[in-house]
Amino acid sequence: MSLFKNFRLPVFFIGFIFSGVALGGELQGPKLGVPVEAGTLSGWDISIGPDGRGLPDGEGDSRSGFTVFTERCLRCHGQRGAGGLGLADPLVGGIGSLATDEPLKTVGSYWPYATTIFDYIRRAMPYDAPASLTNSEVYAVTAYILAQNGIIGEVDAINAVTLPMVRMPNRDGFVMFWPEEDRK
Amino acid sequence: MRSELEASLVAKNGLLDRRLFMKGGLLAGSIAVFAKPGRVDDTSTEAAINYEAPVFDVQSASQSIGAFLPDSMKTPGAIFRGYGKPAGAESSVQRIILQPYGDLAPGAGIAMTPLQSLEGTITPNGLHFERSHNGRPTINPDEHEFLIHGLVQQPLKFSMDILSRYPLISRNYFIECAGNSFFNSNLFSEATQVSVGMIHGLVSGAEWTGIPLSILLDEAGLLPEGKWILAEGADSAGMSRSIPLGKAMDDAIIAIYQNGEMLRPEQGYPMRLLLPGFEGNMSVKWLRRIKVTSNPTYTKDETSKYSDLMPDGMARQFTYTMGVKSTITRPAGGLVMNGPGLYEISGLAWSGSGKIIKVEVSADGGTTWAAAALDGEPLTRALTRFRIPWKWDGLPTLLQSRATDEAGNTQLRRDVWSAQYAEGQLYHCNAIQTWSIARNGEVTNVFI
Repeated sequence: MSLFKNFRLPVFFIGFIFSGVALGGELQGPKLGVPVEAGTLSGWDISIGPDGRGLPDGEGDSRSGFTVFTERCLRCHGQRGAGGLGLADPLVGGIGSLATDEPLKTVGSYWPYATTIFDYIRRAMPYDAPASLTNSEVYAVTAYILAQNGIIGEVDAINAVTLPMVRMPNRDGFVMFWPEEDRK
Repeated sequence: MRSELEASLVAKNGLLDRRLFMKGGLLAGSIAVFAKPGRVDDTSTEAAINYEAPVFDVQSASQSIGAFLPDSMKTPGAIFRGYGKPAGAESSVQRIILQPYGDLAPGAGIAMTPLQSLEGTITPNGLHFERSHNGRPTINPDEHEFLIHGLVQQPLKFSMDILSRYPLISRNYFIECAGNSFFNSNLFSEATQVSVGMIHGLVSGAEWTGIPLSILLDEAGLLPEGKWILAEGADSAGMSRSIPLGKAMDDAIIAIYQNGEMLRPEQGYPMRLLLPGFEGNMSVKWLRRIKVTSNPTYTKDETSKYSDLMPDGMARQFTYTMGVKSTITRPAGGLVMNGPGLYEISGLAWSGSGKIIKVEVSADGGTTWAAAALDGEPLTRALTRFRIPWKWDGLPTLLQSRATDEAGNTQLRRDVWSAQYAEGQLYHCNAIQTWSIARNGEVTNVFI
């Protein structure tokens, strides 16, 4: 591929390049971005923040999550998510351990937002087949991990409404270090 | 010569004034060299001493000069090739690869720059470090699309062809993984004996060429509620990080070229984000999407990872700036001293806060320090090479370097750095590196 395959350099643009000031703030682009309708981007916008905006339909609970976990996750994360193969992170346990000499950082003990579990599993897990779980399977396995940590009950359904309402034990365990000027 | 050398001492245990190495100095021809990585080997030195030159008479009518010339001058050289490679004798210079998940996810892990084998401040593209969270994707640049959306007036898509018509800038920056130097972090209570590349080789330096991100964000039109961006890669980890809008509008680049050629696949081909001085993880490779948001998205890699647990159980979050840091790269782990004598100590320093203004070197475990020479003009958030002459007396000693940046930050001793954090904390380890030199010339990593 050539970057300049369809290169048609306008005269004004040549003059611009050689004006010589190489700072983004003093440059301007040729404004060639292709406008797209915000409403057509749901297939692109897969990130889920703490407010849960963008969470899909579907739901699951710990019981249905156990099935998904056993088939797709257990091999690496071990029984009940307590840790398993190599460096695969333990998902369960460690609540209350962070201030001890042996802190155990797991989803339950460390992660501040439950929405992160959904976002990450859906995009990146399992390692050998990312983005292959259905939305309901992701809800279910999220529920299983939360329930194993004692954060929700065995029959609590996790869905677009309930997931952002889950309060993680370590929600207030972080000190914002940005912006730097505010921290001194 | 002895007295002149002693007069040039600038710190204990043989650190010398840099001027000794300048033209007209007294050291011509007397500089010791480092052995290649590996064992101490004296046989080649003996062979050189015992070598007897053949008797010859090149003026004789019956003599061809071939008898007196190296083979390379008597046979035609190799033919041209389309893309050059390192010399065959350098084939052992390779990235150091760690795959913590083994066969399960062989593409999740790291490939580290072999710092002990390199000089200068630009890392060759084939040796630039790589951290990938689930392998290196293959992306067809003709099909790759980059989206800007979220809190903007007009969402926009860009193809590589479209981006090729935007103005470019070139800058020399380091990229350092936030987990660099984890062998010296709180993951380990005792020093591991590996090469300097394996300890500190999750940093590399390159000239990056690309489009200032501010140009593209301006084109989409930022809405006032937009305070952050979410950057996402097109790899199978879907790498995503939140970035303060201020950084995105300040010096962030959409990098397309690396040391003059298109990005290597390992570095995000065909386009990556580049955030000078920030955790390397945030310079999202294989960039496919930027979403302008009002708050951080709190992705996995800015909550469960890349956050810094302290002894009281609280964790620092969004510790973006890579701290001031340095390491001696010669002599260092992975190299062996070639006997007592005069050496040039060489190393790298860098800081996410700006330029390096000073690097000091100690040859007595941090009791006395001497200023090293900074090679060339230090650049903002780029690798800086430092050098200082050193006469090793053959006795065991401890070598250290300590960098200071223009913001006034200075490296801490490892024990002081370590005490700031909880057990197991591995990110942002910028403590002073100590190399122990043994009587037999072996160089080892030690914790002080």
